[in-house]
Amino acid sequence: MSNGRLLAALLAAATVALVVIGTVWPVPSAVAYAGGASLLRSSSTPEAAVANLGDEIRMQAWGKAYASLANKAQFTQPEFVHDLTGYYPSLRTYATVENFEVLPLHASADEAEIELKLHWSTVVGASVSTRDLHVIRNGDRWEPEWPIAREPIVPPQVIPVNYLRWDVIYRGPGDDWGAQDVEAPHVRIVDMHPVERADGVVILGELLNEDVVPAYVSVTATLLSKSQSPIATEDSFDKISHLLLPKQVTPFLIKFPNVALSEVGSIRMAPLSALIAASADPVIEIENEQLHPAPGASLTGQLINQSGQIVNVAHVLGTFYDKTGQVVWVADEYIDRALLPQNPVPFEIHIPEDLARNVSSQRTVIATYSSGGTQ
Amino acid sequence: MRTRLAFLLSGMAVAMMQLAFAQDGSMSLPKTVEAGNAFTIQSTGSGKATLYIIGLGQVLKRNVQLGEATFFPAGSLYNAGHYLVVFAGDSSTESDSFDVVPASKPADLSFLAKPSRLPVGLHDGITGAVYVFDAYHNLIAAPTPVSFELSNPSGTVQKRVVVTREGAAWAGMDSTARQGMDRFVARIGEISSARVVGQVPGDPCGLKMNARQSGQQVQLVTDPVRDCNGNAVPDGTIVTFTEAYNGGQSTVDVPLKHGIAEVQMASHNGATISVASGVVLGNQIRWEK
Repeated sequence: MSNGRLLAALLAAATVALVVIGTVWPVPSAVAYAGGASLLRSSSTPEAAVANLGDEIRMQAWGKAYASLANKAQFTQPEFVHDLTGYYPSLRTYATVENFEVLPLHASADEAEIELKLHWSTVVGASVSTRDLHVIRNGDRWEPEWPIAREPIVPPQVIPVNYLRWDVIYRGPGDDWGAQDVEAPHVRIVDMHPVERADGVVILGELLNEDVVPAYVSVTATLLSKSQSPIATEDSFDKISHLLLPKQVTPFLIKFPNVALSEVGSIRMAPLSALIAASADPVIEIENEQLHPAPGASLTGQLINQSGQIVNVAHVLGTFYDKTGQVVWVADEYIDRALLPQNPVPFEIHIPEDLARNVSSQRTVIATYSSGGTQ
Repeated sequence: MRTRLAFLLSGMAVAMMQLAFAQDGSMSLPKTVEAGNAFTIQSTGSGKATLYIIGLGQVLKRNVQLGEATFFPAGSLYNAGHYLVVFAGDSSTESDSFDVVPASKPADLSFLAKPSRLPVGLHDGITGAVYVFDAYHNLIAAPTPVSFELSNPSGTVQKRVVVTREGAAWAGMDSTARQGMDRFVARIGEISSARVVGQVPGDPCGLKMNARQSGQQVQLVTDPVRDCNGNAVPDGTIVTFTEAYNGGQSTVDVPLKHGIAEVQMASHNGATISVASGVVLGNQIRWEK
């Protein structure tokens, strides 16, 4: 009993001591977060000035970030904030800057070019945005100029939409057991094969909605050993376009980490499909798609929203084929900006270097999400 | 489960009573009774007794005078199955059993038709299965001819007659070449059950587009898209236009609206433009401004 009291007294004393130490000699970051002295360094060099700006953006100290800019007369603080977080709800709206990189490009006595690479943390993973900043000397301080990118303003107009939509009514609980229910959409895997990668086995393929109704789809795969016992089961998660309109094809990619292809005897594929209420709009054009070879192999292009509806999140899925038409890779990218009508938005999907030389052609599909519903 | 337990417990109780009491009477039972029909149980002996009829889901109890006939009106027993009959007298107990069989006249059909939607022109693509029941929902196990009839709006009728086996009959039907809502009917005499089967167009056939200059862009429009049987492919079906030029490519997935797909794409001199829907390829155009 006396040992317990002694331990409690020691813990209480240690807690009090640590609180006192933390209050009297706080770490700089704690001071900054508490609204005290800034964590920022002196803007005596171009790199320090941009690093300070990066820190202020990371802390969402929009006022301080805006105040530190040399060209703030060219735009307002809300315009600056919207440039970073998006004018319309998008992935960026709910994202935070995890960290950033400052890369000097060019410098002279009075001006410099610095690249600021912001690593955003979004609900679907990391997203990187890069801005080249012109930094100018102002006395003994350096101040960055923010290259403002104003969102194009969609002119007020009425866009007629031939609104095509499917709704579903399922059987009711009071129906006779023999009564029909609506049939699930018929989907078919039109291509599938496993690939061995450094981190495990990857299953690539394509799924077709061969029905006349929209389908919510997903693909599950089970790896079986040579003795037909299951090794692992995984699904396509977000490496698929889950909404397929009639006759639409989506690629899919399923990862099995830490599994060797030599262990696999066979694969059991289970495509899932369910009826879903959906709309045939919006229509997204993928323009100027370009395959870039290694090094830095990628697929680039622009998305153009041909509808009148604003698309809040777009998911670009690229399927890459070899000369024989076999799928060699599936890669994707989320667009962290809203797609405005007729406003091109660039995308870039990276292709693994070792596979890039086998890529002969590609096909891109877009999954879109608009606030207020899927599609 | 509860009824089975009750049946079991009743049986055990009767067996114990039989050991306890000497037998001094007998009864006359029908071997089978049709579900819902009236019947009579005749007993011998004298004195008063209690008559129990115990079956799955149903128990009857009557106070009877031994030596007299006990009449059960129509509708007294309606669940098909094996029934235990017990006379419990003051000093003796007697038991026997009989069967209640389904009524011979069908009164209801349970009709399962699959699928509810399928492409046109599929051999044996539609399956209908029927279970035949009497008025009390007992499965009629006796062979019964069932007529299956699939008719589409154009007037084509497919008909099959299948005799039930152990209460069930099934038949396969072909989907016809014309799209529409087919009526699938299973019939026994005047009893019928109907389902609707949607026959939908198949894959597009002979997909063809035309291109024309529209300002700085090229306007691409398909001919009305039809399947190989001439049915109009429904609106919402995705048609993919692909324009390839100088190492670049533009793609757009367009849903059919009013039977055609239409899109404007950037005009590139010498571009090759192709059209496809699902796994079906259409024509290809080399675009010269």
